[in-house]
Amino acid sequence: MDIKELYQEIVLDHGKNPRNKKKCEGFNKDAKGHNPLCGDKVHVYLKLDDDNKVKDISFEGEGCAISMASASIMTETIKGKEFNVAKKILEHFINMLKEGSKISINSLSEDENTTMMSLSGVKRFPMRVKCATLAWHTFIQAAEGKKETVKTEK
Amino acid sequence: MDTKVIKSKFPIFKNKIKGKPLIYLDSANSSQKPKTVIDRISKFYSKEFSNIGRSVHSLAVTATNRFEETRDLLKNFINAKSTEEIIFTKNATEAINLVAATYGEKFINKGDEILITELEHHANYVPWHFVRQRKGAIIKFAECNDKGEVDIDKIKKLITNKTKIIAITHLSNVTGAIMPIKKIVDLASEKKIPVLVDGCQGAPHLKIDMQELGCDFYAISCHKMYGPTGVGVLYAKKKWLDVLPPYQGGGGMIEEVKKDNITFPGSPTKYEAGTLQTAEVVGFSESIRFIEGVGIKNIIQHEKEILEYGLEKIKKNNSIRIIGDPKNRGSIISFTIKGIHPHDIATILDEEGVAIRAGHHCCQILHEKMGIAASARASLGIYNSKEDIDVLSDAIKKCNKVFNN
Repeated sequence: MDIKELYQEIVLDHGKNPRNKKKCEGFNKDAKGHNPLCGDKVHVYLKLDDDNKVKDISFEGEGCAISMASASIMTETIKGKEFNVAKKILEHFINMLKEGSKISINSLSEDENTTMMSLSGVKRFPMRVKCATLAWHTFIQAAEGKKETVKTEK
Repeated sequence: MDTKVIKSKFPIFKNKIKGKPLIYLDSANSSQKPKTVIDRISKFYSKEFSNIGRSVHSLAVTATNRFEETRDLLKNFINAKSTEEIIFTKNATEAINLVAATYGEKFINKGDEILITELEHHANYVPWHFVRQRKGAIIKFAECNDKGEVDIDKIKKLITNKTKIIAITHLSNVTGAIMPIKKIVDLASEKKIPVLVDGCQGAPHLKIDMQELGCDFYAISCHKMYGPTGVGVLYAKKKWLDVLPPYQGGGGMIEEVKKDNITFPGSPTKYEAGTLQTAEVVGFSESIRFIEGVGIKNIIQHEKEILEYGLEKIKKNNSIRIIGDPKNRGSIISFTIKGIHPHDIATILDEEGVAIRAGHHCCQILHEKMGIAASARASLGIYNSKEDIDVLSDAIKKCNKVFNN
């Protein structure tokens, strides 16, 4: 396999120019994530409305291309979706990273699906799975109102 | 030096990584093992194994002798005054913890100062942090300059009447800076302050002569010296071991046990509680023989040559920043590439069979000082050649290509 399957153009683009990398206005939930082995850090800001819909989401942080791209793609993908749907997307995303399965969720547009699938190359790099999932776990932590920093190492 | 011959002594190099020859540039993390070391462990378990120092049967005598032979070899290798000054630990981290716990318990009190540097590995900071917490002591950090070295004047300025110990690395695992230990010891001895040296990177790459260096404590990591994991060594001057309390309690480290009192033997027994990593210590004897066989002078000369070649070659790539530029540098090149995170570098290099480390290398304070969260690190061992550096250099160019920068 070529290394470009891991670093696909979409991933590189999101890694270099992450979307929604800021503190979004009016956020009502936030959480931090930390990968102590690599030093990757992410802070997710979330505006969740009364119906548990993601009105807005953004992040700040530093880390490798995979972690930054994944955080960026996450914010684009789940903005405007119900929290329960977002959780389902994460489940499919993790299965893709670990088992190599396809993401098939009706509420994802074709573009969104393609964008998420651009991270599928991570599967062949088990050490990098936690880079790809850090922001997502941090999002769940924020949504569920938990205060502790998400850590990839227990 | 013929690195092909050297590599042939290490079975790991017969393996391919992702279909490519292994270019191992992670020896500062842990070195590879020569066949003699691997075979020695196997032979010990097959023919000589028993627990040591307890039973009187034949195997126990053989095993004990083999174990103690390593201590003898090591005594000569580091030029300690006696084998009583050599304590086997599970790793260098435990060696430093042993000193921090026992010396800290006996000699460090509220308001006393522990002097370390910004170069230190977490293993030479965290144990002192525990002393700080327990005793209300103060830790002072001698500042590191932008060359990634600590000027001796910075250390001198921080020494006060409250300084109870100076704990310092011999060779920085990030910038490669070699610290002038002898000068620091001279400085400290004017005020009778003991000096602990974290020799994890020093011992595999420099000549280490305890009587010449004059330090009070020296911590060694055997798995970085082509030896097995699970073995560390604490060298300590006997005068300290005579007065410091035991570290861990258990079998093997007692003299007499009564319901109301326990007495302890002298060093090293007092500090070696429980069943030890016997086979690994015996295996380590072959690491010493290997190093002595190649010759420490030859190792220093060879690694210097490869290091200079590597620095020269890597500097030519404009996107690279090499971390630190110490006057006296050993065996380590840490770097960053503009626009590419060190973890991405490590992954791309791995695809080319090149093993490096990426991260903060257990030196968060130093990385913060250098204004970075992480770096990529290529570290040398006796088996590395100029060709290895060429492969590294080409693999770095591949990183530039993948990231279009």
